[in-house]
Amino acid sequence: MKTRDLVHVALFAALVAALGLLPPLALPVIPVPITAQTLGVMLAGSTLGARKAGLALLLFHLLVAAGLPLLAGGHGGLAVYPGPTGGFFVGWVPAAFVIGALTERAWRRLSVPLAFAINVLGGIGVIYAVGIPWLAVSAGLPLTQAAWGTLLFVPGDCVKAALAASAAVTLKRAWPLLQAPRAAEPPSSPP
Amino acid sequence: MSLGLYVHRTSALHAAPAGAKMLGLLGATTALLLFSSPPVLVTALAATLGLYALARLGPRELAFVPHLCAWVLLPLFVLQGVLSGWDTATRAVLRLAVLVLLAMLVSLTTRASDQIEALQRALRPLARFGVSPARLGLLLSLTLRFIPLLATWVHEVREAQRVRGLEHHPIAVLIPLLVKTLRTADALAEAIDARCFDAEDPP
Repeated sequence: MKTRDLVHVALFAALVAALGLLPPLALPVIPVPITAQTLGVMLAGSTLGARKAGLALLLFHLLVAAGLPLLAGGHGGLAVYPGPTGGFFVGWVPAAFVIGALTERAWRRLSVPLAFAINVLGGIGVIYAVGIPWLAVSAGLPLTQAAWGTLLFVPGDCVKAALAASAAVTLKRAWPLLQAPRAAEPPSSPP
Repeated sequence: MSLGLYVHRTSALHAAPAGAKMLGLLGATTALLLFSSPPVLVTALAATLGLYALARLGPRELAFVPHLCAWVLLPLFVLQGVLSGWDTATRAVLRLAVLVLLAMLVSLTTRASDQIEALQRALRPLARFGVSPARLGLLLSLTLRFIPLLATWVHEVREAQRVRGLEHHPIAVLIPLLVKTLRTADALAEAIDARCFDAEDPP
């Protein structure tokens, strides 16, 4: 990893934390307030690519586990993990990785609908796949009940996926970071 | 802006090494998930409260408890009682209460920097996968430095877009924020390289 990559990892971990400091957005149509942090996860994935995004979220986890109140609403510390929503939070790491991997693969023909599909798959599919069983175990609920309960958050997450997709496509024009698949990192730089 | 949940007191619990406390928490969590009969849970709850007393943490540090009860434990108790019987409900809620109290105790009695150091030590075996302790240290300190700065930028960009009437347009806030972050990343990387930081392992 180059220094630039390390800095990207650190800055996106900080970005996810900074987005958690924003007041939750209340939309009139949706009953649950939207926090911007999962948006940060999606943005990291679709801007940095699989490896760096996964590392950025791991770094963020490390800081939260160390007791910094970086999650939306000032939550933090190891208490987050045994809690009912711990799995959704743990799911951010594979989610960022999956979004990154898919975005890298689709980089050449990335369009808003495609990026939206990728962000829904990673940002909703992967996060919920980790979060719902965790919620069921932590709260002792049957799996189906846990799944129904989280349906409430799907509309908000779809809004975030749409935002992340549109940001990713705009950013691809403004400041492209990823390269075409498989062409990344030549074995040795020319003198 | 201050970060961290740590509350300073002089007690044996505060003086205990961070790694030991975190390992203890891990052990307690696993044990409670395996054995969760009501007598065990009640004993664990009493022991946890005893540890709070030992750490000389008072009601002010326990101010999060009513919030926890009202927003997490009570709804969970009712939901579970209705779905799967009041016996299971009591057990699940007690277990969750003990776990959260214990984890909070670790965060309250251990400095974030000590916990980061303990984690860094625990992650040292990862060195063979290319995660060197020096690089990890750089990452952690960069992130800690940039959280308040990024929060300021979010605010600045919003203010700037408010002047243009775009404050409720999320994309108009996100794109400048991301570009600014990435541009700073480049400048920062150059500055770090200029100071001869070894980003890559020697061949």
